[in-house]
Amino acid sequence: MRWVNRQVGRSNRIFLGSLPILLLVLTYLFLAVQRHEANPADKILPLPSAMVSSMSALIMVPDKLSGQFIFWADTLASLQRLGIGLGISTLMALAVGLVLGILPPVRATFGPLVTGIAVIPPIALLPILFIALGLGETAKVALIVVGIAPVMIRDIAAHVQALPRELIIKAQTLGASSWQVMIRVALPQAMPRLIHAIRLALGPAWVFLISAEAIASDVGLGYRIFLVRRYLSMDVILPYVAWIALLAIAIDFALVTISKRGFAWAHGDDH
Amino acid sequence: MSTILSLRNVWVEYGDKVIIENLSLDIEEGSFVSVVGPSGAGKSSFLRLILGQEGPSRGKIRLDGTPLPPECGPDRGVVFQRYSTFPHLTALRNVMFGHECDGAPFSARLFGSAKRKAREEAADMLTAVGLGANLDSYPAEMSGGMQQRLAIAQALIKRPRILLLDEPLGALDPGIRADMHELILRLWRDYALTIVMVTHDIREAFTLGTRVLTLDKRRHDPQAPHRYGATVVYDLPLDKENAQVTYHAERITIDEVSNN
Repeated sequence: MRWVNRQVGRSNRIFLGSLPILLLVLTYLFLAVQRHEANPADKILPLPSAMVSSMSALIMVPDKLSGQFIFWADTLASLQRLGIGLGISTLMALAVGLVLGILPPVRATFGPLVTGIAVIPPIALLPILFIALGLGETAKVALIVVGIAPVMIRDIAAHVQALPRELIIKAQTLGASSWQVMIRVALPQAMPRLIHAIRLALGPAWVFLISAEAIASDVGLGYRIFLVRRYLSMDVILPYVAWIALLAIAIDFALVTISKRGFAWAHGDDH
Repeated sequence: MSTILSLRNVWVEYGDKVIIENLSLDIEEGSFVSVVGPSGAGKSSFLRLILGQEGPSRGKIRLDGTPLPPECGPDRGVVFQRYSTFPHLTALRNVMFGHECDGAPFSARLFGSAKRKAREEAADMLTAVGLGANLDSYPAEMSGGMQQRLAIAQALIKRPRILLLDEPLGALDPGIRADMHELILRLWRDYALTIVMVTHDIREAFTLGTRVLTLDKRRHDPQAPHRYGATVVYDLPLDKENAQVTYHAERITIDEVSNN
């Protein structure tokens, strides 16, 4: 049988999917044990026991200085920045993208500006944001927004612009005004695409969040990783990275679920 | 019968490319006009002109005696070959769309008794096109024939002065086409519609129409084929009763109203 025709069943898929992950973990453990045999104080590849002990201190013991549970405070701060940044970007993408996509005069006026902003590397704007907005929360959220909003706006605008012309015409023959075409035809059909755009923007959003936290912050997942790097604390860095991956997967899963529940019509193959 | 739509010396040109050349035409109220012609002979441009999707570069178009603005409006309904229904709305909401736009300029949604009334009228219209059992289906859950029935119901709810059909049955298989012919003729009679239908199928044109227009180029320059545009080369009024007989002879399906 050709490989292109080999369908994999559900239980087999779970088995096959976990195989490389398992292999990676085993390889890590093998290398870590090997290094610890040579040098019991090795910090580069910590053993699971070391990770558990240092992480449980961060998760369950309040910090002596601030009285906070450091791991949860970091998670909360990062998720809050990410959430506000994603939220603002989503609203901007919806409002601006919709108008750019459906109204040709607006597209002609503001299209080049959006394109121009979108091609600037956001990290290059970070110094400007820090100078203009200070080192507080605003600059970090602003970096996320500057980083992902233009791409999302262009995506939504292109999607709305590519809606079949027939639908726009049909709506007008049913008496719809520009505004009604926008909110009843373009907006609902842009929603599944918007969720898709958020999913795609999630990766870059994390990059900008960690960057901003690494440079100027006093709490946050990225801040912690870059802080303990000074002490070669791989026993904290590795669990933190795994936790970030887990959070990202959870958010992605939630977005897919929302899209399938809320916009079943857009997932035609599910019927 | 009175003239509902008149075109006088209408040209459609893009740069030096002539699509429609000096077309003059009167369409009577209550007629069923089939438009045929080879590909690229401006059938779609002709329909877009009447629809108001584009204006003529020269000439005048009048609907009920008033000049037609180059913009689509609720007095002209349309059914395209594809993408005629809103994929994000159920059949019922698709048909209610017209009333919702009318009744609520800002929210485009109706509430209370207005909504109930629109819903009832939409349900009646869907029953009339044979979709009474599919009120809550999304277009993606329907077959091609059902989607076109829905598109027709959606257009008719606004009681358009003219119904424009742009190859509405082009993507359907022959059995379903015959059912759709019957439906379109019944609606045309029941609602006293004026229909302009563009089709590739000459038999369909003669079966349904009370008048068949053929668009083609009168002149052809082999060195510059784009320099001459199409116009009406044949204009055949038909005796509807005879057409009716041939139509019934070629029916394929048995059901009177089948839910294809």
